[in-house]
Amino acid sequence: MNNFFFELKEGLAISFRAIRANKVRAILTTLGIVIGIASVVLMSTAIKGIDNAFQTGVASMGSDNLYIDKWEWFNNSIPFWELRNRRNLTLDDYKKYREQAKLPIASAPTVWSNQTVKYRERSVEFIILQGTTDEYIKTTNLTFSEGRFFNELESNGGRQVIVLGSEIAKKLFPHGGSLEQIVKIKGQNFKVIGVLAEQGSWVMGNFNPDNQVFLPIQNVFKYFQNQFFRSVTFNVRAPNSPMVDAVKEEAIGIMRRIRGLKYNEMNDFSINQQEALLNTINSTISVIQIAGLFITGLSLFVGAIGIMNIMFVSVKERTKEIGIRKAIGAKRRSILGQFISESAIICLIGGMIGFIIAIILSMIVNQFLPTTIQLDAFILAIVISILTGVLSGFAPAYTAAKLDPVEALRYE
Amino acid sequence: MNIINIEHIAKIYQVGSEEVHALADVSLKIDKNEYVAIMGPSGSGKSTLMNILGCLDTPTRGLYDFKGTNVSQMNDNELASIRNKEIGFVFQTFNLLPRSNALHNVELPLIYAGISSSERKERARIALDNVGLSDRVHHKPNELSGGQRQRVAIARALVTSPSIILADEPTGNLDTKTGEDIMSLFNDIYEQGNTIILVTHEEYIAEHAARIIRLRDGLIEKDENVTKRFVPKKNGASKL
Repeated sequence: MNNFFFELKEGLAISFRAIRANKVRAILTTLGIVIGIASVVLMSTAIKGIDNAFQTGVASMGSDNLYIDKWEWFNNSIPFWELRNRRNLTLDDYKKYREQAKLPIASAPTVWSNQTVKYRERSVEFIILQGTTDEYIKTTNLTFSEGRFFNELESNGGRQVIVLGSEIAKKLFPHGGSLEQIVKIKGQNFKVIGVLAEQGSWVMGNFNPDNQVFLPIQNVFKYFQNQFFRSVTFNVRAPNSPMVDAVKEEAIGIMRRIRGLKYNEMNDFSINQQEALLNTINSTISVIQIAGLFITGLSLFVGAIGIMNIMFVSVKERTKEIGIRKAIGAKRRSILGQFISESAIICLIGGMIGFIIAIILSMIVNQFLPTTIQLDAFILAIVISILTGVLSGFAPAYTAAKLDPVEALRYE
Repeated sequence: MNIINIEHIAKIYQVGSEEVHALADVSLKIDKNEYVAIMGPSGSGKSTLMNILGCLDTPTRGLYDFKGTNVSQMNDNELASIRNKEIGFVFQTFNLLPRSNALHNVELPLIYAGISSSERKERARIALDNVGLSDRVHHKPNELSGGQRQRVAIARALVTSPSIILADEPTGNLDTKTGEDIMSLFNDIYEQGNTIILVTHEEYIAEHAARIIRLRDGLIEKDENVTKRFVPKKNGASKL
C-alpha cells in the first residue's frame, strides 16, 4: 500500500513536469473538458433553480388546499372525453357544498375568463380574470401591497370592484396610485380596491396570481360569460395538513349527494391537490434532468475524446522518453500511472477552469433564474473531471506501458 | 564469480516470412570487475547482444544467467526490476529527458527503485559531483555540452550502484578530445571495481578495455584479453 502511494505521488510529480513543459497544449486540450464541466455545473444548478422555483410556486398555492373541479388536473388515467362529458359544476353546487361541508376553514368558488383590462390608453390583453367570493382570499396565502380583497357585502352584492395582481398593476399603473381608479373590462367599469403583493413564482405563467385579476363572481356571469359556460372550481382549504384527507373524504360524500350519483356510478367530479401537481412537476424536472445530463454528458464525451486523442499523440511523441524510462527500470504500471495521472491532472485543471467559468456564467443566469452554485456542484466537477481523465487516459497509457523498450529507444 | 553467464543464446527475428538470425549461437562469461569491449561491424549482432545483456530483450533460445538468476524467461516487469537495480546504461545519444534538469535525470532510476525524495536528491548530487558536474546540477540537457550530457548519463548509470555498466558507443557522438575525457572517466569507474561492458566499432576505443570480444554474423569470432591495455591519463574533473 505504501508502495502504491509512493508510485502515485511520483507519478503525479512526473505528470506535473510533463504538463508544465507543454502548457499551451495542455490548456488547449482541456478546452473540451472546460466546456463540459462548465455545462455540467451550470446545468445542475439551473435544474436546481428551476426545481426551487416550482416548489415555491406550488407552495404559494397553499399546501392544505383541495380543488373540486370537473377536470382532473394532473392525472391522465381518466380519458379526456369522459372528463369532457361530465356535467359542469355550478355555483348552485358550490352553495350546497358550502352548506353541508363542516371541515374546511374556508372555501370559495372560482370561474375564470380571458379578458382584456384597460385603464385609459393602457391595456393588458387576454389575462386570466378570476371570479370568486370574498372567502377566496382565505383559501390562499396571498398578501397585499396595498388595499384589500373585496368583502362579503361587495361579494354578495356583485359590486363592480376588482383586485389586481402585481404584474397587472405595474402594467396599468406604472407610476402607482391604482387604488380607487376605474379600470374597464368589456366596457364595464370596475373600481380597484386592492393590489396583491408580488408572488414571484415565474414558473406558473398565467396561473401566477401576479398575472391575474379578481372580482366578485356574479360579475363574470353577468358581463362576460353564461354561468353554465364554464365549470366552477371550488377552492377548499383544510384547517391543517393532517385534515386534508378528511376534508377530501367529506367532499367526495357531499359532492356525490349533490350530483345525485348512485352507488354504482363513478364520481363525475375530481378533487385535485397540489400534491399531484408536485408529482407532475417532479416528473417534468426529471425529464429535464435526463435531457440535461445527456447533453452535458455528450459535451464531456467529446472533451474526453479530445483528451484521449492528445494523449495518444503525446505517447507517440514521447516514445523515446518512455524507452529511456523503461530502460532505467520503469515498470509497466509506473508508465501506466504516469500517463493516466497526466490526463487526470489535465482534466482536473480543465474542470477547475470550467467551474470558474460556470460561476461567472451563473451570475449572468442569476438575472433570470435564481441559482446558487453549491459545494456539491464543486465536488461533482472534481469527481467528474478526474474520472473523465482516468477513463480517457487509460487507452493511451496502456499503449505506452506496453511499448517494447528496445523499439522505443530506437524511435527518433 | 561470474556476473554474466550466457550459454548458447540465439536471437531470431521474423522479418516477413524470413527468419533473421541476429545472434546464432553465443556463449560467454563475464566476471566481476571486468572491462569488456564488444566489437563488430554493423549487422554482426552486437546491438542485439547488448540488448540481451542489458535485459532489454530476451533471447529466443539459450540461457542467460545473471548473478545466479535465470533472466532469459523473465517477463517485462521482472526485467525492468533487474535493469533498475543491476544495470547502468550509457547510450551513444545520451538519452536524457530533455525537459528535466541534470539532477532529475540522475534521480530517475531511484524514483523507480522507490527511494524517498530527499535521499534521491542526496544520492543524485553525489553522483553528479563524482563525474565533476556539481556546478551543473540545475542545467537542462540543452544547456550542457555533449561531454557534460554524457557525464550526466554516466552519473545516472552509477547512481543505483549497479553490477554492470553497459555503454553503447558512449563516444560516438563526441569529438575525440571529449571522447577521451569520457573514456578516462570509464577508466576511473573501472578502477573503482566496477564491471563495464563497452560496445563499440572503434578499435582505439576498444583498446581501453581489458578484454575484447569480436562478433561476426551472430557468432563470436574472437574473445581475447588485451595484452597492453590503453590507460588514459587522469582527467581533473572526475572525483572517482
